[in-house]
Amino acid sequence: MDQLQISGGFPLLSLLIFLPLAGGLVLLFVRGEQFARLWALGVTTLTALITVPLLVGFDPSTARYQFAELYAWIPRFNIQYVVGVDGISILLVALTTFIMPFCVLASWQYIQHRVTPFMFCLLIMETSMVGVFVALDFVLFYIFWEFMLIPMYLLIAVWGGPRRAYASIKFFLYTLAGSVLLLVALIALYLKTGSFFIPDMMWQEYSLTFQVLVFLAFFLAFAIKVPMFPFHTWLPAAHVEAPTAGSVILASVLLKMGTYGLVRFCLPITPDATMLLAVPILWLSIAGIIYGGFTALAQQDMKKLIAYSSVGHMGFVTLGIFVLNTRGLEGAMLQMINHGVTTGALFLCVGMIYERTHSRELALATGVGRYMPWYVTFLTFFSLSSFAFPGTNSFIGEFLVLAGAFEFDPVVALAAIPGAVLAAAYMLRMLQKIVWGGTANPDQSHLFDLSKREIVVLAPFLLFVFWIGLGPQPFVDLMHVSVTNLLDQLHTWQEGHRVALALWR
Amino acid sequence: MVILPELVLLAGALAFFVISLGKAPEDKLVRSTALLVGFATFAAAVLAFNSQGTLFHGAYAIDRFSQLFKLLIGFALALMLVFSRNHKDIESRVRPEYFLFQLLSVLGLMMLVSAVELILMFVALELSSFALYLLVPMRDDRSGVRMQMEAGMKYILFGVMATGFMLYGMSYLFGLTGTTSLAGITAFLSAGTPQPAAVVAVVMILGGLFFKLAAFPLHFWVPDIYQGASNETTAFISTIPKIGAVAVLIRFLALPSGHPQFLVHLLAGVALCSMFYGNLSALVQKDIKRMLGFSGIAHAGFIILALLALNGEGYGLAIYYIAGYVLMNLACFLVISTVSQRGENLRIEDFNGLYRRQPLLAFILAVGLFGLAGIPPFVGFMGKFMILTSALRADQLVVVCLAAINTAIAIFYYLNVVKAAYTADPENRPAVTAPASIQATGVVLVTAIVLLGALPSRLVEYAWAVVQSML
Repeated sequence: MDQLQISGGFPLLSLLIFLPLAGGLVLLFVRGEQFARLWALGVTTLTALITVPLLVGFDPSTARYQFAELYAWIPRFNIQYVVGVDGISILLVALTTFIMPFCVLASWQYIQHRVTPFMFCLLIMETSMVGVFVALDFVLFYIFWEFMLIPMYLLIAVWGGPRRAYASIKFFLYTLAGSVLLLVALIALYLKTGSFFIPDMMWQEYSLTFQVLVFLAFFLAFAIKVPMFPFHTWLPAAHVEAPTAGSVILASVLLKMGTYGLVRFCLPITPDATMLLAVPILWLSIAGIIYGGFTALAQQDMKKLIAYSSVGHMGFVTLGIFVLNTRGLEGAMLQMINHGVTTGALFLCVGMIYERTHSRELALATGVGRYMPWYVTFLTFFSLSSFAFPGTNSFIGEFLVLAGAFEFDPVVALAAIPGAVLAAAYMLRMLQKIVWGGTANPDQSHLFDLSKREIVVLAPFLLFVFWIGLGPQPFVDLMHVSVTNLLDQLHTWQEGHRVALALWR
Repeated sequence: MVILPELVLLAGALAFFVISLGKAPEDKLVRSTALLVGFATFAAAVLAFNSQGTLFHGAYAIDRFSQLFKLLIGFALALMLVFSRNHKDIESRVRPEYFLFQLLSVLGLMMLVSAVELILMFVALELSSFALYLLVPMRDDRSGVRMQMEAGMKYILFGVMATGFMLYGMSYLFGLTGTTSLAGITAFLSAGTPQPAAVVAVVMILGGLFFKLAAFPLHFWVPDIYQGASNETTAFISTIPKIGAVAVLIRFLALPSGHPQFLVHLLAGVALCSMFYGNLSALVQKDIKRMLGFSGIAHAGFIILALLALNGEGYGLAIYYIAGYVLMNLACFLVISTVSQRGENLRIEDFNGLYRRQPLLAFILAVGLFGLAGIPPFVGFMGKFMILTSALRADQLVVVCLAAINTAIAIFYYLNVVKAAYTADPENRPAVTAPASIQATGVVLVTAIVLLGALPSRLVEYAWAVVQSML
């Protein structure tokens, strides 16, 4: 338990987890749609504000878990309620809480029916997302991880598009099927170590076969969530049918859970298996990057286009993780945040067009630049960020990932480069059509430009695009010690086990 | 007053007997009496919770084990009577008899959990079973196809056969040991060398109990009888008798029959077959009650998986799991019997758009189904998780993996119903009215499902301690 820095003072993390839940429960007892909107906005904003002392009080010079809280929960099975943040999770927690108020704002007019249940789903969704990132007990983690499926399912199934039934069921089945063996793996780990406390499971002497089996169970669950090629098929369906807020949550936060899981569990719990299987996973990532790029190039539906671009971007993240060096991993961590900011903003942009034209067809949204100058300004910056234009956030992330990949193996890095080019191709294609279009644009003169509310929604995203793009150091500092500590331990471990591994081979 | 719950039930049954003698019993009287007896039983079970004692020359044990089960039975009965007191599909002239037999059946189960002597066990089991067989054909014969008669016949024939197995097994035990009291049998068996015949006897008796619990291979009565019986009767059949079955299963498995390894293999096989059979068959069901019947078979598999640890922890988990299962199943049946307008059977598409027709019922149904599917934080997940842990601790890796895969299969059909309730268009299906009492019961059930799932410690510890004290 010495990895924990118990917070003697205020239980900040528990407040982050349970405040949205409590806010959601209050919603059930009060009627009124406008109240539901305002209340949800208030609760999510308050949660976001509570994150600020967390960021300020976070000590970036240690790799221990800070703000930790520890209570006995089910003593018979040695299950504890234990939460804490380190450099790997803190940015993701902040991303989650900061993005939620904008999801509420984005749904202000988009959701007209059954507002109260919608906001209720959003709030309990926030509870489980924060819970996933801060849980340090595997059972607690698993509970949040699985529970999240229910509100997300309902968000798609009740407020989604025409094919919502199909998309929501596919999402639910895919992710649940992936994580049932995770449950078995976590029980197996518990029986080996006698504890569900995640840091206790790390860097233990397990046999290689055991590690490989556990790794595969982990990998299946997390790769589906990421989603890695070839487990990505649920993503476009879910994105297309989900309401705007659902898409944003899905892209910005849910996908990060998969990569977070890979970093938090696969690397330290099964280091030997990670090193054994890193190369095939790298090639899967590259397949995802290229595949996502080519598929996005062919899409007519804007949401689908961005969904497939997510497959490519997340490929970069997994690439960065499994090259197993500091540059790569820091790039991957940064890229998670970048993807959350940029893709979230792009989905918001598509949602704004959809509210006006009631269509996501690219062909019907051509040439709006003339009538919506503010809108296309924002869109342009987010698109540039999406294909990693220098000066924007994704450039830093992708650059670090590629530098890490070069360090690992130039062939791998070269194979990933076409993905970056493809990203420029499909984003510029979309941008060209939306801003200028061709000679036969539909009549867009009825469109009105962004309202103040919409500008307020988009502006903070733009701020982060440039902040991370021009001055990424504060963000890197937050994670640096945790990342290097993880990699140091991994490499020490590797030195110690190289002989054993060679013998096994 | 150690047998207060039994006495209350007996008094209630007699009251209904008196009511049934009158020519045209008043509906309201019947309804409120039923409700009163239900809550009085629960209150009596609470009052008698801490009492101890042995009655009838050691044949009837009032211990923490039996009182815990009586509390569960009383709680389930009270909740069930709240939503099933209207009995849309039972003709009002036979309703007093219906409640008479229902209460007698519960009385039999309460006696069963206290019985520690073979003959008394048999009598209690038969009291509960025969009363139950009678409930099935009491359904109104509206459709004219006499489905309920067929179901009743099937139930009684299969039931008698299963009882025959059980009685045969009991005769073996008596023949081996010369006594019918469980304590005497335990003493005799643990003193001598292991007797293969004792295993045969235990397996036979388990067979009879598997019938009650609806586990493979004695599950085949389930779908037809669930479909043939009225919704409320099915709610009863699928919950309360299973509590009694678990109690007796634990008592018999605790016997030192001498070949634990064989029993473990047998139980593992039965558990896996139940899960696969139940889940795969449930996938294709159109009738909601048949679907829940097959899902019940799969859940019986999970309970047996808990039991196969053959230690106090496993038995305690089985108690926890059955308590959770009963709550979740009652939540589903509460919705079914309320949505059903005149007590007719419901197909899954009859739930279409329930979310718009009655949001609270849709929510209760979703919680019940997600719980049964084993999604956290509901009680179904915690039960499943702890059972898998205990089974893996007993070195059953393959069984545990297959059971986990079953969870993934099961989610599909539960989700199908949720999908119908939340995404499908109601078309011109009527709005559903739910009286306040039913809504309140539903909320109580949902709260219990969540609380028991989020804070399982107390019940699990208590059940474990209780079982330990009995072993």
